[in-house]
Amino acid sequence: MTGLIADFLPALRDAARPVPDGVTDGAGRPAGRRFDVYRNNVAVSLIEAMETGFPAVARLIGSRNFRHLARGFAVAHPPRTPVMMGYGQAFPGYLAGMEALAHVPYLPDVARLELALRGSYHAADHVPLTPDALAAIPPERLEDTRLPLAPSVRLLRSDWPIVEIWAYTMRDGAPKPAGTGQDVAVLRQGFDPEPVALPAGGFAFLRALQSGAPLGRATELALQDTPDFDPGASLGLLLGHGALCQPEDLP
Amino acid sequence: MFDSARAPLPPKPGVGYKPQHYAAIMESPGALGWLEIHAENYMGAGGRPIAQLRHLSDRFPVSVHGVGLSIGGEGRLDPDHLARLRHLCDWLNPASFSEHLAWSTHEGAFFNDLLPLPYTDATLTRICDHIDEVQEVLGRRMLLENPSSYLAFADSTWDEPGFLAEIARRTGCGLLLDVNNVFVSAMNLGYDPRAFIDAFPLQAVGEIHLGGHDEDHDDHGAPLLIDSHGAEVADPVWALLDHVLAKSGPRPVLIEWDTDVPDWPVLEAEAARAGRALAQVTA
Repeated sequence: MTGLIADFLPALRDAARPVPDGVTDGAGRPAGRRFDVYRNNVAVSLIEAMETGFPAVARLIGSRNFRHLARGFAVAHPPRTPVMMGYGQAFPGYLAGMEALAHVPYLPDVARLELALRGSYHAADHVPLTPDALAAIPPERLEDTRLPLAPSVRLLRSDWPIVEIWAYTMRDGAPKPAGTGQDVAVLRQGFDPEPVALPAGGFAFLRALQSGAPLGRATELALQDTPDFDPGASLGLLLGHGALCQPEDLP
Repeated sequence: MFDSARAPLPPKPGVGYKPQHYAAIMESPGALGWLEIHAENYMGAGGRPIAQLRHLSDRFPVSVHGVGLSIGGEGRLDPDHLARLRHLCDWLNPASFSEHLAWSTHEGAFFNDLLPLPYTDATLTRICDHIDEVQEVLGRRMLLENPSSYLAFADSTWDEPGFLAEIARRTGCGLLLDVNNVFVSAMNLGYDPRAFIDAFPLQAVGEIHLGGHDEDHDDHGAPLLIDSHGAEVADPVWALLDHVLAKSGPRPVLIEWDTDVPDWPVLEAEAARAGRALAQVTA
């Protein structure tokens, strides 16, 4: 069947193209709208995957608009792997390029947050560092101690109050978003990821920890970013969410 | 050829696992004898899906059903995807691994659907090569499932039962007989589903699927059944199952319900009905 799939594909992707030759009903007549079953399955399955992956974006612009947008996205960016849990990485950029969505400028960041939540949900498990284990580190060793972030931690920065926008969209009774840009960590205690707004300097601190810097160096970097950075507040936040790993070299 | 020490799926009813049923299944499994998962949903590194699967597999035999390997595709199998399947089968050690007579990937783009192919000597050879590779990489015998068809290929030179029988003969793979797919294809392409079953190599069948379908019409007003997995199994499909089981003897029978998924008691009742069909036949 050399070329058969090549014939099939353009018609599969584009409903305006004629049904390929050589496909029939059971009586040898041209397949006609029978071919549409496959066209429809491909388009609808990808649209549904996008709806599952980006529920907040879908709510913000309405289901009809979202399905239209998702259809266009799926044609422009078909999945490159059968593992659909990662599908839609290019969606924030796609949204940012849509002039018709200029009135919802925070939409790409909502999509980024949803990708971070999904990535966190499927990330590897870890053994959380306990407050006792942290307290047991001798003070003189703290500076050189590496406290790895959990593999499920995701970090993002937004020019919008993105945690509030997401919560207001997804949760009954959440307050109306107010305020300005936010640095966000997605933290997963157990199995449920939660977006958390970070205090000033927290983003630089967590990013340094995530890249393997010891506590002293991470604090230094955060202080360069935010002169009144408080490492205790950020560490407390991470400990409280079980977002630090038990390092192998701790007593 | 392959490790036969691994316990096979039991000849009991199973269901396609949906995470929303986790607590209900653990609490009141009812007629449930085993579970099937879609391989691609369990290829993350961790989190709830993997943890639930570990718990479920402690309690029930699990079948891994791939939906993305594109065994009927023109190119070579995706080595990364084969490696992911191998990783899953290695740690889970499922009772069965199955995939589809279909293609879903072309030149790196994945279509998220099971797409049809003509049955010719050329496609037969390529599919057998792909199945040989899968069985070698996974170190186990796989089952290949018959598709639901909405159209036919003028180029086909084999009928579907003969094509599948020849694949099983050449590769040593088993077959997964989807009885709803047989009914849907037979209605859509105008042949007798019982004659299809009578021509099917039932001795190679290691698992049976049942699912719901929707009804539509083609350009000529002829019935066009859609394999939706979104409803109860239709009565003529249950009757066709009886016809299969009377000839094949007991087999593991799976209920697939993937869209508009009902509460557990509704799905369990379908599994119980499959259990009653199995109880009527003896090995």
